Amino acid sequence: MRRLALGSPRAAQVLEQAARGRSLWDDARRRLMRNKAAVAAMAVLGLLALAALVGPLLVGFGYDEVRKADVWLPPLAGGHLLGSDALGRDLLARLLMGLRVSLAIGLVATAVSLAIGVAWGATAGFAGGRTDEAMMRLVDVLYSLPFIFFVILLMVTFGSNLVLMFLAIGAVEWLTMSRIVRGQTLALKQKEFVEAARAAGLTHAAIIRRHIVPNLLGPVVVYATLTVPAVILAESFLSFLGLGVQPPMASLGGLIADGAQQMELAPWLLIFPSATMIVTLVSFNFIGDGLRDAIDPKDR
Amino acid sequence: MLRFIGRRLLVAIPTLLLVITLAFFMMRAAPGGPFDMDRKLSPQIERNVRARYGLDRPLGVQYLNYLAGVLRGDLGPSLKYKDKSVLQILQENAPVSLRLGGLAIGLASVTGVSLGVLAAARQNGGVDHLVMGVAVLGVCIPTFVTGPLLVLAFASKLGWLPGGGWNDGAWRNLVLPVVVLALPQVAVISRLTRAGMVEALRANYIRTARAKGLPEHRVIVRHALRAALLPLVSYLGPACAGLLTGSLVVERIFNLPGLGKFFVISALQRDYTVVMGMVIVYAGLILVLNLLADLLYAALDPRVRLT
Repeated sequence: MRRLALGSPRAAQVLEQAARGRSLWDDARRRLMRNKAAVAAMAVLGLLALAALVGPLLVGFGYDEVRKADVWLPPLAGGHLLGSDALGRDLLARLLMGLRVSLAIGLVATAVSLAIGVAWGATAGFAGGRTDEAMMRLVDVLYSLPFIFFVILLMVTFGSNLVLMFLAIGAVEWLTMSRIVRGQTLALKQKEFVEAARAAGLTHAAIIRRHIVPNLLGPVVVYATLTVPAVILAESFLSFLGLGVQPPMASLGGLIADGAQQMELAPWLLIFPSATMIVTLVSFNFIGDGLRDAIDPKDR
Repeated sequence: MLRFIGRRLLVAIPTLLLVITLAFFMMRAAPGGPFDMDRKLSPQIERNVRARYGLDRPLGVQYLNYLAGVLRGDLGPSLKYKDKSVLQILQENAPVSLRLGGLAIGLASVTGVSLGVLAAARQNGGVDHLVMGVAVLGVCIPTFVTGPLLVLAFASKLGWLPGGGWNDGAWRNLVLPVVVLALPQVAVISRLTRAGMVEALRANYIRTARAKGLPEHRVIVRHALRAALLPLVSYLGPACAGLLTGSLVVERIFNLPGLGKFFVISALQRDYTVVMGMVIVYAGLILVLNLLADLLYAALDPRVRLT
């Protein structure tokens, strides 16, 4: 290596670079970008999300536009790229709308589970002792409930409404998140910087918010990525049973249920929604796996 | 050991009580009732019918009465199916679901373990990548996608198997539902088995077994597999919960007269007692299976002591 004269502008630059170093997140991003499956999945998912966002405006048919002349047209016939259904509605328009609804439910319900799970787990882990014991015992009990049945009862009780579905699914998914967060918090609270914060006179709430939660981000991000497909699955499951999103609004599960009933006459109504669902779920899983490999320092 | 079982059963009681309470009050909060029909009953008759089932009493009293009934092993009469008790309905429909679930878990274990062992034996080879690729797909593709697609292929197009119906449990009617129910579990089990095998094959006692000159298949089956199967036992509980959820969909797709199909219909019809009965059965099943998994784990792994 060529020696640099101390005090030269070039030396100062090198020193500054070395001092700045590479943050944990820079490292993680670099590792993630090297993972071909994860990068491909991100590209696919980006395209799907874009299509779901602006696609319905470009299709030229409304998702609930009934055309008596266009009943059960196969793909490419009559200007319907993916064909049409029993009411003459354009499948592409419905598919894009359904994707939009499913993705939205996935993101919102994940956000709900994230908020509850992180708050619950961080509080339990930080408080420790009796409080921790009681809070996690409740999580254990809730874990052993047959939750899907309660979600079904909930949908039956209050009718299928979207906000309630967000809340119900989010409320189910927070349990694992709270366990992960609690484990991490237990380890974090032994660290010197928490002790320093305590010595500086910060309140417990402030320590949790400013010091514990930011350091939990890694595993939380990974688990959240894996929660989104789980939520999309749960919503589709409910819609398939006829308890989720109600027609004429579309969701991936509802479209698959519709298609399954008419698959002998119009197989395209089953095949395209199924394929979209599979591609979406596989992409999320690849991204989740990639993120885990990138963020988990054990594999470095 | 006995103390462990006793304590677990003691914890199960408040859990069941919570399940019953939640389900009871949620069901009652639902708008409408079991006697809403297209043709309106005259107020007089409706009052009599409600009195007959004790639905005219205060909700709290009904709740306590129901709990007392459960303690006596009496789940009450169905509100929709005249002259049938909930127990009768459960007895008629549970065998279908149990047979389906039993066959599915059997198929999933055998296939999953075999695939996992194959993949681990040829780690990072073609077979390994193929099996793990299929496993990723298996986890991602839900039963309500595989079900209709397989029916479309094997029943509608090829005509090899019936596309639905129970037909007294004839094997041809069972093939598709069992396969659909088992697929997601095959994926998880093969992944768990592979992970366990890869770790076991690195252990020192495996090197010893090879050094003794044992043939490779014996090393794998007798020595490595035993250790690799342990994590599978603790997956038993979640697997059964997954099967229960799957059965709701599979029984609907294939039109099978099992518990899963009944649950959704009964909930929509506000058949309070039948819904309650099924929730209790499902919750009880999950609790018992989790306990069994823990006991089995302790029996297989001498390092685990139950206290």
